[in-house]
Amino acid sequence: MSRARADEEEYWHSSKFRAFTFDDEDDELSQLKESKRAVNSLRDIVDDDDDDDLERVSWSGEPVGSISWSIKETASSSTSSLEGRDSSLQKGSSSYAAFPKQVSSYSLSSLFKGRNKLPSFQSLSDALSDTGVKNYAPELRRPKTEYKDYSSDWSPKDTVRRMQRGKVCSLERFRSLQDKLVLLDEAVAGHDGNVITAVLIFLKRTLRREILFRELEVRQVALCHLIHFLKETGEQKLLLDLLRFLDRTEEVALSQYREHLNIQDVEKRREFLKVCIGLPFSAEDTSHIQDHYTLLERQIIIEANDRHLETAGQSEIFRKYPRKASILNMPLVTTLFYSCFYHYTEAEGTFSSPTNLKKTFKIPDKQYVLTALAARAKLRAWDDVDALFTTKNWLGYTKKKAPIGFHRVVEILQRNNAPVQVLQEYVRLVEDVETRLNLATKYKCHDVVIETYRDLKDRIQLTAYKCKVERGSAEEEKINSILSN
Amino acid sequence: EHEVEKMFTLKPGRLPQADVKNIIFFVRPKLELMDIITDNVLREDRGRSPQRDFHILFVPRRSLLCEQWLKEQGVLGSFIHREQYSLDLIPFDGDLLSMESESTFKECYLESDQTSLYHAAKGLMTLQALYGTIPQIFGKGECARHVANMMIRMKREFPGSQNSIFPVFDTLLLLDRNVDLLTPLATQLTYEGLIDEIYGIQNTYVKLPPEKFAPKKQGEGGKDLPTEPKKLQLNSAEELYAEIRDKNFNAVGSVLSKKAKIISAAFEERHHAKTVGEIKQFVSQLPHMQAARSSLANHTSIAELIKDITTSEDFFDNLTVEQEFMSGIDTDKVNNYIEDCIAQKHPLIKILRLVCLQSVCNSGLKQKVLDHYKREILQTYGYEHVLTLNNLEKAGLLKLQTSGRNNYPTIRKTLRLWMDDVNEQNPNDISYVYSGYAPLSVRLAQLLARPGWRSIEEVLKMLPGPHFEERQQLPTGLQKKRQHGENRVTLVFFLGGVTYAEIAALRFLSQMEDGGTEYVIATTKLINGTSWIKSLMEKLEPAPF
Repeated sequence: MSRARADEEEYWHSSKFRAFTFDDEDDELSQLKESKRAVNSLRDIVDDDDDDDLERVSWSGEPVGSISWSIKETASSSTSSLEGRDSSLQKGSSSYAAFPKQVSSYSLSSLFKGRNKLPSFQSLSDALSDTGVKNYAPELRRPKTEYKDYSSDWSPKDTVRRMQRGKVCSLERFRSLQDKLVLLDEAVAGHDGNVITAVLIFLKRTLRREILFRELEVRQVALCHLIHFLKETGEQKLLLDLLRFLDRTEEVALSQYREHLNIQDVEKRREFLKVCIGLPFSAEDTSHIQDHYTLLERQIIIEANDRHLETAGQSEIFRKYPRKASILNMPLVTTLFYSCFYHYTEAEGTFSSPTNLKKTFKIPDKQYVLTALAARAKLRAWDDVDALFTTKNWLGYTKKKAPIGFHRVVEILQRNNAPVQVLQEYVRLVEDVETRLNLATKYKCHDVVIETYRDLKDRIQLTAYKCKVERGSAEEEKINSILSN
Repeated sequence: EHEVEKMFTLKPGRLPQADVKNIIFFVRPKLELMDIITDNVLREDRGRSPQRDFHILFVPRRSLLCEQWLKEQGVLGSFIHREQYSLDLIPFDGDLLSMESESTFKECYLESDQTSLYHAAKGLMTLQALYGTIPQIFGKGECARHVANMMIRMKREFPGSQNSIFPVFDTLLLLDRNVDLLTPLATQLTYEGLIDEIYGIQNTYVKLPPEKFAPKKQGEGGKDLPTEPKKLQLNSAEELYAEIRDKNFNAVGSVLSKKAKIISAAFEERHHAKTVGEIKQFVSQLPHMQAARSSLANHTSIAELIKDITTSEDFFDNLTVEQEFMSGIDTDKVNNYIEDCIAQKHPLIKILRLVCLQSVCNSGLKQKVLDHYKREILQTYGYEHVLTLNNLEKAGLLKLQTSGRNNYPTIRKTLRLWMDDVNEQNPNDISYVYSGYAPLSVRLAQLLARPGWRSIEEVLKMLPGPHFEERQQLPTGLQKKRQHGENRVTLVFFLGGVTYAEIAALRFLSQMEDGGTEYVIATTKLINGTSWIKSLMEKLEPAPF
């Protein structure tokens, strides 16, 4: 259900229901006159709007002009002054003009609306809680007896109680703002969210936005229910207006940001995220959103480039390891892995190079090394792995250093089926003797085990280890020579 | 009985073929379910005759919102009857009731929508109509206060509810989940708790990998192993399960092997049966023995499955970190293990559980630590999770240490939440359910019974929400004259969910010889840390419709 439709319906409903109650009313003559005046003065706005209103085609296909006109007549004449202004104001306000009119899907939806004519459907509850269907014309023809039930005079309290018991109740008779608020307060006091929501739907339909917002501001419980309701039904526009009115700016920002998840097209998503950066997030969230935007921007560039490379078939790496999925919308670390896999050697200047990513997103050393290691190990590029941990000091000596601890390096290499020669080089670098022994034994790095026992001068263990190595192998010889020394 | 032809689970698409006139949708009032129903109805073959009639039954309440939604989809008119089935509390076991409303915690603490509390109050009114007015109500937390208020109000408004049933319950204890955010985050270590943590118990059923349950008597039929998950029902009707469900997992093995010996001894008896009478007696016991044997076989298999996981290195590391946090070690700095898990892309929920646990055990994290975790999580799992992190912050699970003061050590010491000398085999304290950590919620219940909350006023003030006591007057004829040695019965209602380990701890208290109090447990939902965090996460996949 599109937003635009919902909002237009708000208008149509505000007129429709007053049409029914017109006959029952006899004590509000003065109000009627006043509202008539108000509405007359506003009619040109309404008419104007009606001209481009596609809703005029009714489900039955009959020409609608005259009927809708008569509805408007009756509707406006029974409207209280406040509400009269309300509906016209909503129509006239600039925020509404921004909505695209619902165009397509119309014939289809009208088909389903036709089902509303089923006899079972014409119960009162439908007429009351209805905001979704625009069958305004036929309702005029309903026999009056059908409305008898809800014209009875229940107090707000009784009404709420009836609704709590799941009975259908008319809310239309609560006319004045005062009555409506009493009704709302009763509903809130009853704590039944279902009833509170029902009353809120009614108020939302019949009250001007500003008034609704103002009154809800001092009624926190009802306010929360409305916010929840708007979230559930996806009435994003009204929700944002409400949050803005309440000055809950961070929520506005988050709620708006959430929208990006519904945008499938990446270009549009990128544009949307760009707008999000300016939203009033908390300071640290702003930087996250900024990063999110930058990342997607990068991914779009990388994706276009790489798809081209892959289809051209020129690049060896893409031929050898075809991409399993597109990089779009992947997390940062996954992107880094991707770039370490396909673009490892690129200069820092290019967007797809790992070092560029590392710099732009301030990826911590640890994270970077882990990811690069995993990517290069997967490609079995052992030289790159070696380079990753080699640092030169100012004297030109090389030294092995790993910000993540060499036991982790070994684990990752092992998971990528590194050969024993490579593996044992790093096992040897594990500082803690016990861990080193464990890893070496586990991954059959015999040399390391033997050397470690030698350094520990542990003859017993060394002798015991002899049975673990192959008979007649170089390792066995080594053990023997150490033992005999 | 009612000539129900078939029952189907709700799923989108065309409705299954069935030669019936009436189709009844039996649903929770949720918008996403409404979408499925809409799909079902719209795909219904219009040309078929006879036309099928649709009805809809909402559990527990009709929802105007849902009906409006159906109407917007243009299908509301297709339903001939729209009714409600007021099922608030569903009995799960002899001492356990649940509303099975998984979104209650989220609704109460994120959306401030207290509808499910209204249902909880209604459920309690029904319970009182059946089991008598509960004379004493205690509570801790905003939601608890709310439910108590509603109960009092409902009682006032429906004077007819005054009944003449002798009260079964002496006390009602209402507890907010947010009073104790810690407990569900920790890994449960009871047998039942672990089954739930690892495989997830759904409405007392659990689905298990089938490999270990292959029938052994099929000769060499190893090839056709069952591929369907094995589905088992778990409740106290099964004698063996009743005995082991609440034990610490480390104590389960010995029970199982003892049982195995008893059963094989019982089967051996047949060799000693000499007379016809003895044989007859033996045969009459056979069905019982066979049931016991298959039950034993099942639980041995489950225990093996769980053991594979509990003995894994990662389970051990994870547990070590949890226990460090709960006992107050190094809660104020970035934890290495958590960092490693993020780097290895362990499931996000696991990370969130640990980070939240650390936050709760430190009364919030320092700015630097919190920022670090957040950044790592977003970079590794995607920036959109900023929404989930915000939800967790709003629920108080993840927060900044504002006062610069950490209250947790005081709470821990006063309530004796951490016990160093825990006895898993023959427990003498509730802390056995988490092998050291005594669930805060259950400790509150225990201290309420003896010596009373007055002794812990200071700590109660540190925990969120008000604590209160209400009394409901009983007609003099119904007032209980307690026999010496007779136990009091307390109904503990967890608003926002309860874990199996907490239930186990309360059952343990019920069974204590000098306890003096028996507990019955009610809740809005049975939860574990994973399902709980999941309910707070932002749904990142767009709806399939």
